[in-house]
Amino acid sequence: MNARIAHIASNTFREAVRDRVLYNLIAFALLMSGAAILVGQISIDIERLVVVNLGLTAVSLFGVVIAIFIGIGLVSKEIEKRTLYTVLSRPVRRWEFIVGKFLGLAGTLVVNTFFMAVGVFLALLYVSHHFQRADGWLLVALYFIILQFLIITALALLFSSFSTPLMSAVFAFALFVIGSFAEDLRGFAAMTHGLTRWLATAAAYLVPNFSALNIISSVAHEQAVAGRFILLNTGYALIYATMVLCGAVLIFERRNLK
Amino acid sequence: MAAVEIAGLSKTYNVGFWRKRPKCALKPLDLQVEEGEVFGFLGPNGAGKTTTLKLLMGLVFPTAGTARILGMAFDDPRVKAQIGYLPEQPYFYDYVTSRELLEYYARLSGVAGGERSHRIAEMLDRVGLRDSADLQLRKFSKGMLQRVGIAQAILHDPKVVFLDEPMSGLDPMGRREVRDLIEQLKHDGKTVFFSTHILSDAEALCDRVAVIHLGELRGVGAVAELTASVKGKVELVWRGNKVPQFFVSLGAESHISGDLVRAVIPEASLDAAIDALRRDRLQLISATPVRTPLEDYYLAQMKPAPAAAGVTA
Repeated sequence: MNARIAHIASNTFREAVRDRVLYNLIAFALLMSGAAILVGQISIDIERLVVVNLGLTAVSLFGVVIAIFIGIGLVSKEIEKRTLYTVLSRPVRRWEFIVGKFLGLAGTLVVNTFFMAVGVFLALLYVSHHFQRADGWLLVALYFIILQFLIITALALLFSSFSTPLMSAVFAFALFVIGSFAEDLRGFAAMTHGLTRWLATAAAYLVPNFSALNIISSVAHEQAVAGRFILLNTGYALIYATMVLCGAVLIFERRNLK
Repeated sequence: MAAVEIAGLSKTYNVGFWRKRPKCALKPLDLQVEEGEVFGFLGPNGAGKTTTLKLLMGLVFPTAGTARILGMAFDDPRVKAQIGYLPEQPYFYDYVTSRELLEYYARLSGVAGGERSHRIAEMLDRVGLRDSADLQLRKFSKGMLQRVGIAQAILHDPKVVFLDEPMSGLDPMGRREVRDLIEQLKHDGKTVFFSTHILSDAEALCDRVAVIHLGELRGVGAVAELTASVKGKVELVWRGNKVPQFFVSLGAESHISGDLVRAVIPEASLDAAIDALRRDRLQLISATPVRTPLEDYYLAQMKPAPAAAGVTA
């Protein structure tokens, strides 16, 4: 990786750590401990199902909130506070700045997810007393959650490159909600005709398909995940995030920093 | 080779939400700054100084025209390694220490690993922040941030340094230190291009100055050259309660308070006025310029009338 991108990414990671973003892990740890103790007492035979569902959903939501609320400020905050001026007056290209910021936040989310995953597995061990073979699929679900974070971070960065933080948050969160129902949207498009069908299909394929990346329920029910599905989802998420990032770069390359 | 060559550089913004209307921030600007020169860019707030510097830094894009820095196009990435920039009222990542910030900028500027820590220590010393090097910037005063700003601008030993209002926010001691620093940069053979509206700083430091107002260049040249046609005024103070006839014939306003007399006369009449005081055996206490010639020249350029006399670029 280009050294300047690595420096910008590591500074973004440092900012997140020093702004106490990882403190969310304390809330997550409390949630998982409480859930494990409570579930152990009130559930019979479905402790694993409840802990996996609750744990992975919490991992996803905590990460999405961080991705959106930090992502929307990645560029706009730098412009507003003028910290960007002394960076771009150095041999740093604008695209390097955007990519560095993206990788910095993505790295923060990966580290955050790692610690939350440890919490989920500990809670699982507490309620089940041992690990089973199907628990390995949880790692795939966590991997898909990280892929979701990459797309959301890229989207937040895209909106941040031309819009206000508030509007960026609204856009990014709206796309996350719509994208979580992408499969339903595609189903709806298939039922319509003519121009409506064309428009609904275009919209359904344009929004990020977060529902395909959400396999929490199936891994909670100990269902296996096909290798081809993992491969396709990986390709989809990487291509989608890259395209969104390219959009952010195109906008930012033309922006006057008044 | 000129350090900075600006040719017809202009910037017009479209302002307004629904109905966009053009607002000219900088009219076509032609300017040349020689290598090793300390060049002052003077003008009131909103004159176009910061816009010009932002254009040169590639932070905003010109509507027309171009510029070359050290013989290369201003947007050539190779140029960036050889220039330093201090923005107006700089603000930095407040979660890092000044040492960490300089480390980050040094890495972005491509300063080699072995040289980096040496350069950072030298810069912290030079701007008087050695004792605060490991303090987070959120605890820094405005003046300390300005010093960090200056340190980051010269950290990578650039050939051309652009400083936007470098004395802003500094106390008299800090201003003095920045003046010394600019003089040191000149001594080291660097080209310094700085904007200011503090004329005494420009007069003390600059080889040449340019005056800009309402986005338009009003004059450029050596201070002596620009002020040749401008006559300043001098305030004389002498002991006694008598005003010699010479002052009356000049039409100079004089005030007597206690045993001191004050009178303001044109600078050109200073020698004759002192002779008049000597003749009447009056003791001269002080002779102080009321306004420097540069101030008079500057104020003349601020008038809405067509550009006053001066050497244009």
